[in-house]
Amino acid sequence: MRPVIPYVTAALLFGLGVYGVLRRRNAVLVLMAVELMLNSVNLILVTADTTAKALLPHGGQIFALFVIVLAAAEIGVGLAIVLQLYRMRASVAVDEVPLAERPEGGR
Amino acid sequence: MTAVDALLLALGAVAVGSAVLVVATRHLVRAGLYLVVCLGALAGMYLVLSAELVAWVQVLIYVGAVVVLLLFAVMLTRAPIGASDDLDRPGWPAALIGGGVGLGLAALLVDAYRWTKVELPDAGTAERIGEQVFGSWVLPFEVLSVLLLSALVGAIVLSRPDIGSSAPKTRDGAGQERGATR
Repeated sequence: MRPVIPYVTAALLFGLGVYGVLRRRNAVLVLMAVELMLNSVNLILVTADTTAKALLPHGGQIFALFVIVLAAAEIGVGLAIVLQLYRMRASVAVDEVPLAERPEGGR
Repeated sequence: MTAVDALLLALGAVAVGSAVLVVATRHLVRAGLYLVVCLGALAGMYLVLSAELVAWVQVLIYVGAVVVLLLFAVMLTRAPIGASDDLDRPGWPAALIGGGVGLGLAALLVDAYRWTKVELPDAGTAERIGEQVFGSWVLPFEVLSVLLLSALVGAIVLSRPDIGSSAPKTRDGAGQERGATR
């Protein structure tokens, strides 16, 4: 097994995730790109687990499992925020979210 | 080039290709479905890399739960069915940074590993992973359960406007806004 193949795949997936986060306007698509980045990290962890000898065996796979759980928690809270944003503004475009405090009387 | 390498290359090509479609497609729902293909190909890579438990957990949690949640969110935010043109920002900086990160990391890893060969370990069973999780990693495991519980509670509090300190005000405000926007 050549470890360079999954490593390069993971690097390309991470780059695509970064591109998606910066490019997309829709908040749900931004979350999908974040999932791509998390998965590339998982691929790195699993590949490192099979190719490198560690003091504790299977540390990489266990970290990958933990990252999957963290991603599930993140997507739950993230989608709750996105739905709340949609409820307040009827739009999920991330570049229309005002970062400063809203003036009196709504939008 | 062995069969394992060929399999990894094919699955990696599928994963990267569908990831390109996830970040480039104009259809919101199709982005979610391409994400399924990408995550499935990654699960296949985990299987080839002899990480069976991670592969099935990936299928269960990512393909089974996360993508379904994402598709629910797509539908709850009233996404249009067809192609929509306002999904993207004009993005040379995004292409520059994303391409730089991806190709830079790829160059770094290619330089580190070249074309070296590593023997795959025997296909592990879930038993060994379980021994490790409940042996050396039991404290992070328990902390993770607390984190999941707090995320659950947080999501519920966020999505219910009648919980919280300024409950009646925000509720009325949201109602008026919704009435005004429709």
